[in-house]
Amino acid sequence: MSNFFSLGRLFSLGNSFSHGVHPRHHKEQTENLPIQRVPFVSRYIMPLGQHIGVPAEPIVKVGDVVQRGELIARPKGFISTALHSPVTGKISDIGMHRYVDGSFKMAIEIAADPYATQQFIKIQTNSTNVRDMDIAEFIDAVQMSGIVGMGGAAFPSHVKYAIPDEQQITDLLVNGAECEPYLTNDHRLMVERPEAVLRGSEILRRQLGADRVAIGVEKNKPESITQLKKYLTTDMAIDIVPLEVKYPQGAEKMLIKSIYNKELPAGKLPRDIGIAVNNVGTIVALADYFDHGMPLIERIVTLAGPGVHEPANLIVPIGTPIRDVLDFAGGLKEQTREVISGGPMMGTPIADLDAPILKGTSGILAFTENETSRPREYPCIRCARCLEACPYFLNPSRLALLGKARLFTEMQDKYHVMDCVECGACTYACPSNIPIVQHIRTAKDNLRNRKAESH
Amino acid sequence: MKNKDPRLLLQSAPLLRQELTTPAAMKDVWIALLPASCAALWFFGLSALLILSVSIAGAVLTEWVFTDKEKRRFALSDTSAGLTGLLLGLTLPPGLPLWMAFLGGAVSIGLGKVIWGGLGTNIFNPALLGRAFLLGTFPIAMTTWGAAGGPGEFFQIHSSNLALPFMQGQYDALSAATPLGLMKFEHQSTALGALFMGNTAGSIGETSSLLLLLGGIFLLLRRSIDWRIPAAIFLTAALFSLIMFISNGDVYPSPLFTLFSGGLLLGTFFMATDPVTSPLTPKGCWIFGIGIGFLVVLIRLYGGLPEGMLYAILLMNAATPLIDRYTQPRIFGRKG
Repeated sequence: MSNFFSLGRLFSLGNSFSHGVHPRHHKEQTENLPIQRVPFVSRYIMPLGQHIGVPAEPIVKVGDVVQRGELIARPKGFISTALHSPVTGKISDIGMHRYVDGSFKMAIEIAADPYATQQFIKIQTNSTNVRDMDIAEFIDAVQMSGIVGMGGAAFPSHVKYAIPDEQQITDLLVNGAECEPYLTNDHRLMVERPEAVLRGSEILRRQLGADRVAIGVEKNKPESITQLKKYLTTDMAIDIVPLEVKYPQGAEKMLIKSIYNKELPAGKLPRDIGIAVNNVGTIVALADYFDHGMPLIERIVTLAGPGVHEPANLIVPIGTPIRDVLDFAGGLKEQTREVISGGPMMGTPIADLDAPILKGTSGILAFTENETSRPREYPCIRCARCLEACPYFLNPSRLALLGKARLFTEMQDKYHVMDCVECGACTYACPSNIPIVQHIRTAKDNLRNRKAESH
Repeated sequence: MKNKDPRLLLQSAPLLRQELTTPAAMKDVWIALLPASCAALWFFGLSALLILSVSIAGAVLTEWVFTDKEKRRFALSDTSAGLTGLLLGLTLPPGLPLWMAFLGGAVSIGLGKVIWGGLGTNIFNPALLGRAFLLGTFPIAMTTWGAAGGPGEFFQIHSSNLALPFMQGQYDALSAATPLGLMKFEHQSTALGALFMGNTAGSIGETSSLLLLLGGIFLLLRRSIDWRIPAAIFLTAALFSLIMFISNGDVYPSPLFTLFSGGLLLGTFFMATDPVTSPLTPKGCWIFGIGIGFLVVLIRLYGGLPEGMLYAILLMNAATPLIDRYTQPRIFGRKG
């Protein structure tokens, strides 16, 4: 139905892609709340593998005293990044600690020094001015800053900036879509620190040699758009692009389609068509690093959902236990049934509240019976709502059916299940409450394992 | 501290769901059929009420009998079996012996749905399969029509309704011809006003175009049905019959007559759009609708029977798996 009803451009709804869904955005809870700083707590946990790639390697030992901002683990190989202490204190343990998914992961535990001033130590880069750096120096510097993709994936950013010689980036796309319901961390960042967004964009544009920057923002964040436009000056090669409010507008491929009207071919990276995509959070982290020498030791986290007493947008040091962040906002309501890290459409359920906030944690959302109770699953009646939801034009109805029958090879060969990014739009749209995206995840895992075994 | 934590669920995302559920979608169809069902009672009185009740009973009872004991309440809660019974009932002539209507309901669910594996798995529309069975088995009873009456004659029941099981009814008093029959055998058109209001002979639920349109528009507005299917059927049937009408207006009906007579509206809005038996993809829906629109006019004009909607839909139902296979959407970032 969507190509009939969502003639977005015609009704000036903003730039957009085809298909997708329109969940209520629920941002009113926190969209007008200024960012607050969470006080330092007594204990921090820094998992070594909180980014995609090889876990970092500790360079401290138990008993060492560390300063806030000091390097505590260095990258191991190129697809890996650095870790810095979020607090001044003493290393109290290097061992297995709880991770958000309930598993245990290698982590450095730091006991905060309650008497320290908590001033961070500036990172000394080889060159004092980022303008004088060449791209190799820039990539090294970003790797040592510990900056990763802040939208949730936590992919080490410097890897993205290493463009093969034969390729040329023409456009830098800054992702401020924030299409996940409830989350307002990117929004508040754009409202309160528009200069940092613009400055970070210009730094990265120059380093990548791109011609222009496009900052895409969904139209339900008018204040973000006005603020960015207000600080935009004529010497900046930046466009602010309002986007239609539609999920998953912030998915990389959808965003490229919405802004440049280009369809990224399956299996290709944005850089293959001359585009680099970065989240606004990442852009601000870059600006802070090159302006103030501040590594990635804290981030903005939205605390919201019907199970939270005092919703808030918070600056949280990485490694703060989730429990302490929740306590700062009055704790969880008794009716809370589930806590999610990230957004409600693609986030991960949190198994243990003692697990820490990570570099990729954009939000902590608490949900009650209302959102977590599931009506019974009915048989698929082929209503095709999932087909009209899927932004990749896959056939989720068929995929779910094949997934139940465990016909994974057919899912891959005939229905391209590996193209699915698990945005969950199909499952949102299903009136029979079929866990379509779960069937797809199972299939993808199985196919990946089979591939790994056959090598 | 720890024991104060609520027990946390680990249900994976997405946690948000849109509000429509499958039973609620079924409820929409019930609501949409309400006006046409009321018209059935208005024009055909107690006979219509009995036929509808009995065919619903036949359908629901069959679903109940063939479902596992533990799943019964759940299987009946989606109300799809009752809906099949109602749809079948609306396609039956008012004088049909009640035992035939009951048998029709039972066959609709038994051979039309349960045998395939239940809701969502059948290839053919169950109500139409039941009707095809009745038409093949009891051709006289299924093609003997009573004239439409009014509320004044509500309690005048057709004697043939009460025929004992496995007995044919007595049709002495019944001899009205449907608009389609008049057109086919006597080349005589019926006034559009009558077709609109519904005071003509015909199946009990198909006569009032106005009320069927009302129900159909409701379903379209609620987005319960794919708009492409009715659009394709109407456009194709109108275009095809326009060509025939221009070629020989004395023999062939006008496009408006084609659209508003017989079971075309009932079949279009409530049976062709059955999601289970229609294609998944938008392109597939167009092909499916065009096929029905073409076949219905073809059968009406050249076939042995005046009505063609039943076989037009069933034939396109049979083609649906093939249509689905060849109309897979082009995946984002891949070539067709």
